[in-house]
Amino acid sequence: MSRLFRHVILSAVLCGASAASADEIPPAERKSGYEQMGREIRAMQDDDSANPAMLWVLDGEALWSLKAGAAGKSCADCHGDAQASMKGVAARYPAYSPALARPVDLEQRINMCRTDQQQATPLPAESKELLVLSAFLARQSRGVPVEITDDRLRPFVERGGELFTRRQGQINLSCAQCHDDRWGQRLAGSLIPQGHANGYPLYRLEWQTLGSLQRRLRNCLTGMRAELYPAGAPEYVDLQLYLKSRARGLAIEAPAVRP
Amino acid sequence: MTARTLVSVPKEARRGEVIAIKALISHDMETGFRYDNTGKPIPRDIITQFVCLYNGIEVFRAELHPAISANPFIAFYTVATESGKIEFKWNGDNGFSAAESVTIAIA
Amino acid sequence: MTAEHYDRRATRRGFLIGAAQLAGGVGLVLALPVNDGRATPDTLQAAIRKITSEAPLQKGKVKLELPAMVENGNAVSIEVAVESPMTAADHVKAIHILNEKNPLPNVLSVQLGPRAGKATVATRIRLATTQQIMAVAEMSDGSFWFDTADIFVALAACQEDPG
Repeated sequence: MSRLFRHVILSAVLCGASAASADEIPPAERKSGYEQMGREIRAMQDDDSANPAMLWVLDGEALWSLKAGAAGKSCADCHGDAQASMKGVAARYPAYSPALARPVDLEQRINMCRTDQQQATPLPAESKELLVLSAFLARQSRGVPVEITDDRLRPFVERGGELFTRRQGQINLSCAQCHDDRWGQRLAGSLIPQGHANGYPLYRLEWQTLGSLQRRLRNCLTGMRAELYPAGAPEYVDLQLYLKSRARGLAIEAPAVRP
Repeated sequence: MTARTLVSVPKEARRGEVIAIKALISHDMETGFRYDNTGKPIPRDIITQFVCLYNGIEVFRAELHPAISANPFIAFYTVATESGKIEFKWNGDNGFSAAESVTIAIA
Repeated sequence: MTAEHYDRRATRRGFLIGAAQLAGGVGLVLALPVNDGRATPDTLQAAIRKITSEAPLQKGKVKLELPAMVENGNAVSIEVAVESPMTAADHVKAIHILNEKNPLPNVLSVQLGPRAGKATVATRIRLATTQQIMAVAEMSDGSFWFDTADIFVALAACQEDPG
């Protein structure tokens, strides 16, 4: 399907959209994208023996105990049993890093461990190794409600919120126009979700593989005909942080399955 | 990394019980009908065969085509006949092969 | 009844009407040509003949289950259940899943026997577009049975640029 073609659909759906976005979705109406999926995809996510993302989790479990870097240490050497030590971690990421004086997402945190503790080279973004580790870590928080409480994060949450509501790109569209104002409606054949970040990393049928929230954000920006932020830009983390804050109370589903 | 497999078989069953088996494996299942960014066709690279053996005897076989989704999932049934080993074998293009086995105890 | 008799309703017209209903007012923009030049009712017929060797194909005994509409055609859950006692004397020997509009008509072929206990198989398949899916079962007595199901594959709105 041509890009122009989708552009036409987007424009048609959104022409006449009001200039300002409506407010954030009230807590009572907040729901995971899971609830908008068909029975078959929900079943795929619910059954660990059918969920393709579990293949990544199993690889991550193996990597967790593998020694790496000049320090010859594995993740397990410091953190022990991930089931205990990593429970709930994904629910409160991105988290504040005093060293960097700004938030880091789970993938960046894994790479900080790689360079500082293991003295190994950082894993490239979206690499299989980084995805399997983040999938394995996030899996340990399944069912834990999303909670962003650290006061030091507040300015970054606000910055993420500004990015979320800012119109951008060739069709002059903001994230909020779809995910706050029009969730539940259709964009071409797809149901618009509220856009909560409670399932990442997740297996997206569109990708036919597992991917990070940053990858999904880049997809959205491309769909909006907006310029991508440079790889590793703080904007992605601020947006993730805002999305997490906006999803507070929703249970972590990682690794989720989405269309 | 080599292919990761994930099979689900009950650890125990009654003799004669029909048990559900699920088998998942990591594989891109490249169809051979796609093109890369330079317009060059991407060659087919798929799993073509899946076999399940129960104590060495074949009880299920599948022939896969490019229309099987990435990370193939196959679910089927078998009769729990005796305690022993249930083996799974996948074969495909470019010499791909993977195997997994689990044990089952019959009460 | 021969294979030619099964109902092939998933025409392009059906696709466009479905799309229009689904997308409401903007449905008409979907009326760009869908390239189903590789659409293959003929190759499907050839694939069926290869399975049945021209034996009669009867509707029944086979139950094909798949969603009526999917948001993404990359992994569509499908289950085929065949009615059979699965005894040595009377069982299902093979189940074939076929489609009419992917580049190739064959999707999955399984061989099973009385040791299956239950002639049911499930998998996840790719569908290039809205179309009809067919399942054919070969019985131990040499008879062939089939079922069909129509599926609407919606257009993804925000696809990632390839590469």
